[in-house]
Amino acid sequence: MFDFLDSGQYDLLDAFWVTVQLAVYSAIGSLIWGTALAGMRVGPVPIMRSFGTAYVNVVRNTPLTLVIIGCSLGLSQTLGFSMGADNFDDIGFRMAVLGLTAYTGTFVCEALRSGINTVPVGQAEAARALGLGFFQVLTLIVLPQAFRAVVAPLTNVLIALTKNTTVAAAIGVAEASLLMKEMIENEADAIFAVFSVFAFGFVVLTLPTGLLLGWVAKRVAVKR
Amino acid sequence: MTSVLYDAPGPKARQRNILYTVGFLAVLALLAWWVLGTMADKEQLESKKWSPFVTDSRVWTTFLLPGLWETVKAAALSVLIALPLGAALGIGRLSDHAWVRTPVGVVVEFFRAIPVLLLMMFASAAFVQFTDIESEIRPMYAVITGLVLYNASVIAEIVRAGILSLPNGQTDAAKAIGMRKGQAMTFVLLPQAVTAMLPALVSQLVVIVKDTALGGALLGFSELMYQNRAITANYGANTIAALTVIALIYILLNFALTSFASWLEARVRKGKKGTGAVVDIKTVDAGGAGPGAG
Repeated sequence: MFDFLDSGQYDLLDAFWVTVQLAVYSAIGSLIWGTALAGMRVGPVPIMRSFGTAYVNVVRNTPLTLVIIGCSLGLSQTLGFSMGADNFDDIGFRMAVLGLTAYTGTFVCEALRSGINTVPVGQAEAARALGLGFFQVLTLIVLPQAFRAVVAPLTNVLIALTKNTTVAAAIGVAEASLLMKEMIENEADAIFAVFSVFAFGFVVLTLPTGLLLGWVAKRVAVKR
Repeated sequence: MTSVLYDAPGPKARQRNILYTVGFLAVLALLAWWVLGTMADKEQLESKKWSPFVTDSRVWTTFLLPGLWETVKAAALSVLIALPLGAALGIGRLSDHAWVRTPVGVVVEFFRAIPVLLLMMFASAAFVQFTDIESEIRPMYAVITGLVLYNASVIAEIVRAGILSLPNGQTDAAKAIGMRKGQAMTFVLLPQAVTAMLPALVSQLVVIVKDTALGGALLGFSELMYQNRAITANYGANTIAALTVIALIYILLNFALTSFASWLEARVRKGKKGTGAVVDIKTVDAGGAGPGAG
């Protein structure tokens, strides 16, 4: 039943490696972009606040499929923006990371903002009383505590991001779901086996992440 | 607007804020200038690429509105089928009997752990092999099947969280007046849990609407996202115009749903009836596939 695995025709590990790479690069990107967005949304400059709010509301309500296809068809193929890549595979990969980052950043921002709300008001007030400016209050006092409170929600975002990398198949990035599509067409008599192999792959990627970071979340949470 | 994070701006801070505002606007303007400039270069700004959406009603009647209808239909059907299934799974997970609780838990965790796209592709292949559903409607069946499997397990978690969010006194009181477990569930806990989880359910609807776009991009389901190809083929490679209009429709639809969910949540929280308990969607499924998929 699983003999298609030995045929050497399909490189499962390669496909899942691309999935992992997509997830890792997008996770780093969206953590940075999401933090920047959260900073803008709680900051003192009105124009940045409105930009952050508008961006989050627009992008969060757009299907990820549309964001990624927009990056590929619109940005890359129509406007010729390729992020310095020169072949089709690299451009697709980078556009997928760009789309995933732009999309996931909004969820990181919202998680962080609710984390900022869990930090007691006294912390920021004490910091201001010491004469710290907004940027110092945010980066030295509030964000470090907020991050410790949002490990669990951010874990959910990371797991969702890992699953969302499959959307990159829509622009032809050779990750796991694209290989599954190909295999399901070729091995029509073994679709249950094919499906269980890929389902198992994603369970292996998401389950340990959830368990490990759940443990971390408990350890670092600020006891109040 | 006052915030605890920064002092009320004095003369210096006001000057600095103006500086930041100007700098930020300059960056945005630079970005817009690059995008518009490149679009003009690639002939994407020509009025004939944008005007059909205003002047030619056929774009709407043959492509966009039928696509939107398919999207809404698939989302509505998915949620209608997933709701009872999810409620059953959620209650099953709270069962006192381990032989019910454990398998239900495994099923729920399994379908939550794998991407909804995999479920859709598998459903599509399975329909080809084991049923004789016609090929025109097969993508829709596959999309709905995938969405139902995934969202039933998400809804199961919402239902479970909704029931657990109720104060213990509710169960105790029900037992004290002699109700059985089933009676307490159906007459006392579930009706109250429904109000607590309503906002989370509406938010999940947004995730479902977004996920239907996957079917359009990868399974050939003729929903809103799928119309992009047809429009660009018929109206002269107006990729950016078509994508913009499609995105706007999605954003308006989902923004309405999101606003409705927040309104509901505020109402439930403030409401005099009920316990004021409310299920926070983030505790269940952050952004779902939403970041739920798609």
